[in-house]
Amino acid sequence: MSGARRFNRSTDLSSERAFAVLSAKNSNSTRLLNNRMLILPGFAVASALLLICLLWSITLGAAEIDRDTVFSALLQPDETAFEHLIIQTVRLPRVLAGALVGVALAVAGAIMQALTRNPLADSGILGINAGAAFAVVVTVFLLRVSSLEVYALAGMAGAAAAGALVYGLGSAGRGGPTPLRLTLAGVIVTAFLSALTTLILISDRETLEQIRFWTAGSLAGRDIPLLTGMAPIIIVGTVGALLLGRQITTISLGEDVAKGLGQNTVVVKVLAALIVVVLAGGAVALAGPIGFVGLVAPHIARFMVGPDYRWVIPYSGLLGALMVVVADVAARIALRPQEIPVGVMMALVGAPFFIYLARWRVRR
Amino acid sequence: MSKTKPSAKASWITVGQGSWPFSLKIDRRAPPAALAILAVTFAVLVLSVSYGAYDISIVEVLQTLFHALPDDHPDGRSFNLVVFTFRLPRILTAFLVGMALSTSGAILQGITRNPLAEPGILGVNAGAGLVAVSIIVWFKEVPMSLLPFFAFGGALLVALVIYVLAWKQGGSSPIRLILIGVAVAAMLTSATTFMLVFGDIRDVQQAYVWLAGSVYGRKWEHVHTLAAWLIVLLPLAIFSARQLNVLALGEEIATGLGLKVEAQRLFLLTVSVALAAVAVAVSGTIGFVGLVAPHITRRLTGPAHEGLIPIAALFGGALLVTADLIGRWVIAPSELPIGIVTALIGAPYFAYLLYKSRNG
Repeated sequence: MSGARRFNRSTDLSSERAFAVLSAKNSNSTRLLNNRMLILPGFAVASALLLICLLWSITLGAAEIDRDTVFSALLQPDETAFEHLIIQTVRLPRVLAGALVGVALAVAGAIMQALTRNPLADSGILGINAGAAFAVVVTVFLLRVSSLEVYALAGMAGAAAAGALVYGLGSAGRGGPTPLRLTLAGVIVTAFLSALTTLILISDRETLEQIRFWTAGSLAGRDIPLLTGMAPIIIVGTVGALLLGRQITTISLGEDVAKGLGQNTVVVKVLAALIVVVLAGGAVALAGPIGFVGLVAPHIARFMVGPDYRWVIPYSGLLGALMVVVADVAARIALRPQEIPVGVMMALVGAPFFIYLARWRVRR
Repeated sequence: MSKTKPSAKASWITVGQGSWPFSLKIDRRAPPAALAILAVTFAVLVLSVSYGAYDISIVEVLQTLFHALPDDHPDGRSFNLVVFTFRLPRILTAFLVGMALSTSGAILQGITRNPLAEPGILGVNAGAGLVAVSIIVWFKEVPMSLLPFFAFGGALLVALVIYVLAWKQGGSSPIRLILIGVAVAAMLTSATTFMLVFGDIRDVQQAYVWLAGSVYGRKWEHVHTLAAWLIVLLPLAIFSARQLNVLALGEEIATGLGLKVEAQRLFLLTVSVALAAVAVAVSGTIGFVGLVAPHITRRLTGPAHEGLIPIAALFGGALLVTADLIGRWVIAPSELPIGIVTALIGAPYFAYLLYKSRNG
């Protein structure tokens, strides 16, 4: 049908250009760690910072526990000591979950931004969060269960299904997945699923009551079994992403360039999409839908190390972990004893910083 | 659906040459499309007025609408009540909201040259949403009748903040606008989420309905407000069509052609934001219309904004009247919020378009 083709061609052209302009402008703006020699020490400094934040986070909580006790609980756990027990079973799993979620979201975001060449891509945009939220809400609505494990399973399944749907819809046709088609498919699936989710929440008060804290994204009550269930998935995904760094750099230059350089772009795209679904799905299963990390962390990482994804991916992961852990601390101490969902805190803290970056660092 | 092949005949109609103060070049496909959409809209409108718990036949609806009901008709008074007090205002609200959102989206897609641009990216929805939810959940002493005014103010304020933050000497680049728009919207949305998480559950549910977009119980005053704004803003949009056409070629070309890019962009952004803000204030955040209606219209009329904007407006209106009818019909006697219907219908249709164009 000629109408359909015309629609496609006209939109395709203009937005390809818009996306390309957007990503080029971002990656070519100032690079903070100009000297390659600074990249490794910078990584070490960021890691140390993360470690400090993790420890800081562990010392905070309803029970006052000083630093020495924290160290001894971590290094020589004594199962009879109550404080050690708190740290081992409640606080340590929680901060580790936070760090893992941050790594997963940020790495997934970095890959999505490279793959779709859309600097605004994050797991919200490819329908993954919407899929997870929908699956969890339906599960609660139908089965009336309330356990974080069930939420995790449902969330993971929903994320995977929505991811597959978006990818399938976005890659139907000769050319395979193109950035614009993937983004469009993501927008479509997100809109559809969130409408259904809202419908359930509007019509069933019990489900809304039970699920509203989860849908805001939170780390409260994440315990050892949940952590050990999700950690391997996220770690495997992250390692896969690190191994794929060079290929992702190439494909971030554009499909044509990548093909010209001899890359099998279809394989790379499928692998990268798989990693994204695993990471974003694992994260949403662990903590519920948390936005903004996946969007912002890769931008900051690119700002620091330039457009080479072999460095952008590890830096994104580290920064993402840092952001979630700090946001979680803020979420716990801002309105003590009331706890704010970390997903809410994330944007409140992260957005001003991102605005600063966009305003003063993005040239034209 | 009719396909127009390029033919030897001129594919443009020029309106208002010679002594007129302005002229418009309209795609030849536009007038028939407009007539067809108007006819469909009228048909759906009549159907929609006739449908409901209180039975009124289509003939009786037409008679009531045109005040042609026989004086001795036994149900005359109740017909007048149901049609003019209950059904017509909400249906016209839906129509006008659709017009406003669709026009706003068409302008925005032209300025940003991004087919995914919709009023939401300028923080209009997030701003209105935050204000509305805080009134519903926290500041309950504020009467609900004032909510649209506050929501309108919130939407405009947020759009202004985004524009100011994105402005540097040399102007506001669309990139900074989009990035900062996303960040500000994320911040406001999380504040909204905070209230949704901690508010009283009944209020939260009501807030969800507002956020989903609804025209339930809208009255003539809403219609009048919307109409007043549209009468001012829609002509402004249509007479800026030429500037939009040039802007859509890209900033460099537009500058080269002598357009004051920054001033035009600010003007058009203001029109677009005001349209979206009025719509959101009256009906809550209705998604997808501002995105989909201009897209589909572009298939009917081509990309030139002279035809695109008025027809996208009509089409958006028709879309929302239909969505409202479906929302009232599908789980009667209860009803679906109109915003949910637009998403549930718009999304699959858009998916179908995407699939259909797979080899394009």
